[in-house]
Amino acid sequence: MSLAVGKYKAGDRVRVRTDDRPGHVRTPYYVRGKNGWVERVYGEFLNPESLGHGGDGLPQRPLYLVGFHQNEVWGEYRPLGRDKLFVDIFEHWLDPA
Amino acid sequence: MPRGHHDLGGTPAGPIDRTEHQLDDWEILADAVNQALGAKGIRRTDELRRAREQMDSGLYRALSYYERWIASLETILIEKKILTKEEIDRKVTALEAKWGEP
Amino acid sequence: MSADHGAGAEAVESKHERPKHELSAHAKRVYAIRDLLLEKGVLTKNDIQEQVEYMEARTPANGARLVARAWVDAGFKKRLLADPKAACAEMGIDATSLNEFVVLENTEKVRHLVVCTLCSCYPRPILGRPPDWYKSLNYRARAVNDPRGVMREFGNEVPDDVEIRVHDSTADMRYLVLPLRPKGTEGMSEEELQRLVIRDSLIGVVDPLPAVPKQ
Repeated sequence: MSLAVGKYKAGDRVRVRTDDRPGHVRTPYYVRGKNGWVERVYGEFLNPESLGHGGDGLPQRPLYLVGFHQNEVWGEYRPLGRDKLFVDIFEHWLDPA
Repeated sequence: MPRGHHDLGGTPAGPIDRTEHQLDDWEILADAVNQALGAKGIRRTDELRRAREQMDSGLYRALSYYERWIASLETILIEKKILTKEEIDRKVTALEAKWGEP
Repeated sequence: MSADHGAGAEAVESKHERPKHELSAHAKRVYAIRDLLLEKGVLTKNDIQEQVEYMEARTPANGARLVARAWVDAGFKKRLLADPKAACAEMGIDATSLNEFVVLENTEKVRHLVVCTLCSCYPRPILGRPPDWYKSLNYRARAVNDPRGVMREFGNEVPDDVEIRVHDSTADMRYLVLPLRPKGTEGMSEEELQRLVIRDSLIGVVDPLPAVPKQ
């Protein structure tokens, strides 16, 4: 996996956008609006939002492994502790936090 | 936009059924036809996903895993004008006659 | 297991063959679609047969081989974590059709669990088809917000001081868990170790089988 020339690097704190766009998206509902951090920079990949509708997926977009504390994603998560949740999220869904 | 019916993470759900079934021939075929079309670049994985996301929500929950694949495959093949619904319907009728549909 | 039946050809009897007129409406349609695609030359019988054989060749045994080798060979383990596709090639496992492949190492203090909440993404080129439960709506819903409850259902009670990391495969990455080597397995051969690496431990919902004490 090559490093992308993207906006974020490992360790950066990010917030997932709450975009409500129609069409095929791969950012799950449950992380939208949540704060996390960049765990890994995965490189650039074809955009599924374009591929899903017959597009060519270009331009490629930077993709990140984004980590979240479970206690911050779900109000009722137990135990209170170190459990984490990781999601592969495209740069255009992330803002600096 | 309401949340997609496929976007299941964190939705209320019950116990997990751990029984496993050997694939029926039609499921093996669905899998193989799907992968073959992908290998030839005729369909993209994301197109199939999008077709499943656009399905009727009730149907999405009612169909089995490979039935959903077949439904989404049909949608995409029709969209791309490779097949028509009418010719698939006609072929099903012809096959049923051969299979001894009462 | 029966193979592709050919355009409109008679069904080959197999263990899993049900009378076709008893199939559901959607199930029947795949035969119609297959026949039409063959008639129109969109696919050949060979194209389909190749895919049948491709999936038959892929089983969790591939994952077990990778893990057992990583357990006995520290250098291989490093390579597996750094470049999983290359490590597969070393072992003669064809992972070339995977876009990206990530191996998640379990430790005494960390357990990983893999899910695809949006559909059913799974490292098929290595492990073959996912189990039904992995594709189920309930697993997809609960793995992310109730991993401990899910693991408990599988008989795996994870202590509170062990961190659980759930990975939701939402993009091209496919994830494989490298489970922790069970205690008391020193001196076991690679082949013996492979037998401990059950499929569900590669998804992360359970640990590998424990070492069986020698009689």
